Amino acid sequence: MNLEQIIQSLDLRVLTEQKPFHEIHPTTGYAADLLSCVMTGASRGGLWVTLQAHSNIVAVAALLELSAIIITEGAQPDEATIQKANEEGVTLLSSQQDTYRVVGRLWELGIR
Amino acid sequence: MPEQTPLQKSSLISDQEAENITRVEELAYEIKVQEVMTPNPITMTTSMKMQEVLEQFRVARISGAPIVEEGKLIGIISIEDLIRCLIKSDLESEIQNYMTRNPFTVKGDDPVVEALKVFVSTKVGRLPVVNKEGQLIGILTKGDITRGLLKALQQDYQTEEVRRYRASHLFEDIESERTSLILRYNIKAGDFTHGGEASSKIKRALSRMGASPQIARRCGIATYEAEMNLIIHTTEGGVIRVEIEPHQISIDVYDSGPGIQDVELAMKPGYSTASEKVRELGFGAGMGLVNISRCVDIMKLESVWGKGTRLRMKIFLKKEDTVGEGHAAKS
Repeated sequence: MNLEQIIQSLDLRVLTEQKPFHEIHPTTGYAADLLSCVMTGASRGGLWVTLQAHSNIVAVAALLELSAIIITEGAQPDEATIQKANEEGVTLLSSQQDTYRVVGRLWELGIR
Repeated sequence: MPEQTPLQKSSLISDQEAENITRVEELAYEIKVQEVMTPNPITMTTSMKMQEVLEQFRVARISGAPIVEEGKLIGIISIEDLIRCLIKSDLESEIQNYMTRNPFTVKGDDPVVEALKVFVSTKVGRLPVVNKEGQLIGILTKGDITRGLLKALQQDYQTEEVRRYRASHLFEDIESERTSLILRYNIKAGDFTHGGEASSKIKRALSRMGASPQIARRCGIATYEAEMNLIIHTTEGGVIRVEIEPHQISIDVYDSGPGIQDVELAMKPGYSTASEKVRELGFGAGMGLVNISRCVDIMKLESVWGKGTRLRMKIFLKKEDTVGEGHAAKS
């Protein structure tokens, strides 16, 4: 399962620059809104599902080398956050659904 | 970038578009025509016969040539002109009957993008290159531009490789009893906008120096938590000081207040003094110091309430994974 297929199946909006998403294969995922928990729990190359949309999520994802952040419930990061994400090469995706449902769909797709 | 590039002259490019400009486009503005052109091209004169054009094209394997009279460019002859001539079996005719007069030209110190514009808006296959005095100095084809851009892109790539190589061998040629590199970062209190930047830079520096991904990651997480603590909790910010030695990384984070009232309690997982506002941003899980202790080999936290806090950490590197001594980082 590559990121392009995930974006299509979950109808995610890509907030940052286009990348060859079909070459990115998320290995696993992590869901939390507390950044220190993410620091502990998220694995390199994994997806992170969160409600947080402020600029500090970018630093966390960059440090942990996550494959993408899925921001849930349509929360909209500001322009500066998106710009920072582009600079750091972090992919931001947006879903209208809540974290519970996004994680459920990812699990169904085999991201475990 | 020089001041006069068309990119900056035009106010039509929005910030969004500017962000999307690729390295190739940037290079088209940076590289000058004379850097990619073929210098000293074969030239011909008006009175030469088309038969000679055919011979020259065949021998030199070229498909066009500028026509020069007394040092001045007056026209251009191309393989298309030669074909027209061949159809009429008119090889005894002089060049001036078939050449294109007053051809489009481009200046040597123009950026490549200017030449690209001419290629796009006209159908010409080659452009004579002239200097400020109008004298011919070279010839430019689309192939020359492609080759030049590819070469420049390759150089970009090599620059990063060289930088990595140099940094990963930093300590090798320096002799001392104890060699180290010290990085210092001043962190401002309340500066959430730049939160995580210092730790990102530290992590990048370590990777360049040849640290393994695991070491770079552990160091990144530890310094990130310490950096956020300075931003969230201090009154006047603080300093992160990282000392890199081949076999160990020593991180020292200190501030001038307010200090921690109960260090033992602060170390307890889940304990946090963060404000409601900070918690809404996802901080204040009470896991910062716990995360740090997981990532480092030695951690020492000292604090005097009202004075300040000093957090010292050490990460030891295995003999085969030292930094700056030529061990390439395996990703």
